[in-house]
Amino acid sequence: MLTPKPRGTLSQTLFELMRSRPDELGTIRGRRPEHPDDAQISLWALYELSFRGFEDVEESLEWHPDLVALRGELEADLEAELRERFRTAVGEVPAWSPDAFFDFCADHDGPSLASFVHRDASTDQVLDLLRLRSVYHLKEADWVAWQVPRLDDTTKAALMELQYDEYGTGNPHRLHAGMFARGLEASGLSATYGAYVDEVPAEILEQNNAMSLFGLHRRLRGAALGHLAAFEVTSSLPSRRIAQGLRRLGLPEAMAAYYDEHVEADAVHEQLAVRTICGALVAAEPTLVTDIFLGAFSCLDLEDRVAHRLLGEWAA
Amino acid sequence: MSEHPDVIVCPGGPLLLRGDHVVQDEDGVTHRTTRPVSAVCRCGKTSTSPWCDGTHKVIPARNRP
Repeated sequence: MLTPKPRGTLSQTLFELMRSRPDELGTIRGRRPEHPDDAQISLWALYELSFRGFEDVEESLEWHPDLVALRGELEADLEAELRERFRTAVGEVPAWSPDAFFDFCADHDGPSLASFVHRDASTDQVLDLLRLRSVYHLKEADWVAWQVPRLDDTTKAALMELQYDEYGTGNPHRLHAGMFARGLEASGLSATYGAYVDEVPAEILEQNNAMSLFGLHRRLRGAALGHLAAFEVTSSLPSRRIAQGLRRLGLPEAMAAYYDEHVEADAVHEQLAVRTICGALVAAEPTLVTDIFLGAFSCLDLEDRVAHRLLGEWAA
Repeated sequence: MSEHPDVIVCPGGPLLLRGDHVVQDEDGVTHRTTRPVSAVCRCGKTSTSPWCDGTHKVIPARNRP
């Protein structure tokens, strides 16, 4: 993948320096993003240095002090925003129990892209959605893997039990990200990692950046596992609706198969994520309950924002 | 640390099975598990029998297992 298209003055300067003049990266200090799109694409690209990187950027820049400093500033903005939304919307954080967590997710009311795909979406709209989702699904589960070495033994083993399934139990043909890639190809779309980054709205970038934020910081392990759990809790039933929508439109079986797999897999994963993973984390570190709900709320709220944006555009 | 269970009963939800098993559904058809942990439906409303598909969450609480 090459560096994405800049979306404002910060990303313009940042990408240019990363590609061609890394010795001048010090000049980026103190620069601020022009607007949310500029901030999110800049942060997304800085995070990407820690995933697969860019063909046109030196690998060693992942840990360049000026880039780490800029990433820190953009992350502070994002975290402050996520915490403010959480404070405003949630008020009192529930006491921990698996039922309280399932209820928290069930009581969250938001627009559903899955229901729209199920009954109303056109083929072009579904293909649009798959392109946007590819930014995440082609690196599905990767972000939370960063938290593995930071957890106590019980939580770590529980997380790996889930992750092992995400990664196809060692079989690359069953890797969830790989199943999505085959679905994209069968649908006539590019399965190249990062192919559609330039097309996605800021809401999709923010959704991806929040996962990287929660995954990369040890102090945010509670938010990471809470996000994972909310993601799994809200996956099984929507995946079935999406699979039915894809079949309604006659889209390829390989794409529907990805969603079929998530009906069954995530019916397991939601129980593991809530009971054995978050449950173990709370037992080991009870002070992390608030962050577990911060992560869960952020997962649900960021998906609402994506859904509002797309449903709004499609209705126009 | 308490003993690591092979089977977990989820209140209101499925039965989790760790490891490889062959599960016989209500029609007598056998199904081999395919993942590290499998969820067996207990509410009777799944569309992917014998496996859980999350449907227990949308049925009235009094009808959940």
